Amino acid sequence: MQTRREMLSRSAQVAGMLAALGMFPGMATAQTAPYNTAAFDAKTMAELMKSLGAGAPVESKDVTITGPDIAENGAVVPVGASTALPGVKRMLLLVEKNPAMLSALFDVGDAVEANFSTRVKMGQSSNVFAVAMMNDGKVLYAAKEVKVTLGGCGG
Amino acid sequence: MADPMRIRAQAAGDKTTVRVLMAHEMETGQRKDAAGKTIPAWFIQEVTAQLNGKTVLTAQWGPSVAKNPFLQFNLKGAKAGDKIGISWVDNKGDKRSDEATVS
Repeated sequence: MQTRREMLSRSAQVAGMLAALGMFPGMATAQTAPYNTAAFDAKTMAELMKSLGAGAPVESKDVTITGPDIAENGAVVPVGASTALPGVKRMLLLVEKNPAMLSALFDVGDAVEANFSTRVKMGQSSNVFAVAMMNDGKVLYAAKEVKVTLGGCGG
Repeated sequence: MADPMRIRAQAAGDKTTVRVLMAHEMETGQRKDAAGKTIPAWFIQEVTAQLNGKTVLTAQWGPSVAKNPFLQFNLKGAKAGDKIGISWVDNKGDKRSDEATVS
């Protein structure tokens, strides 16, 4: 005869074991890619690369950043990052003068092309970067200046 | 629960373009309300895309992604009728998953 208390403690144990083994589907995905708080707090390129465990980035013609020359509204700036190079591990979108540089980070799998578009907020006119982190450890980037007439942070 | 996402996936040759529009405030934590208090940050942190149940893309976002985020990416090897699933988790632990079919 099991008491309710025993039942509860047992199911808690089992849940703990499952979690440790990464059996919960939701937790398993969270473990493969934990949210990188340090990277999203980084203020400079050097800090950011350190938090991602990458070397210094090199400018490259093979990485493309798309965006407007002048953005009327800094709250919605369409930007895109793409590269045709094979062996891309990660693509990053950065806005240089935002309170935190990193906007978005995409883990590129085999079934996805290294070509992403999204919309970001920009506090003021600054450079935006597309960064491609390669499987062989190289870090390549492209930059583009976007002028903002109305800021998207604060206000 | 947040509003549903709008997902459109169109196949062209061996390439499928997926466009997603999510409904989310994406509060940065930088803004102040009328009383001068900081509005706490509230934004999508993780986005996952699945093709027929298999994860093909994971992304991590910061608060500087625009309100009601838009995301476009290209899938290789998907064909008409395949299922695209998109899910996100925000920094309050809220989540939402939606599915669309490649056309």
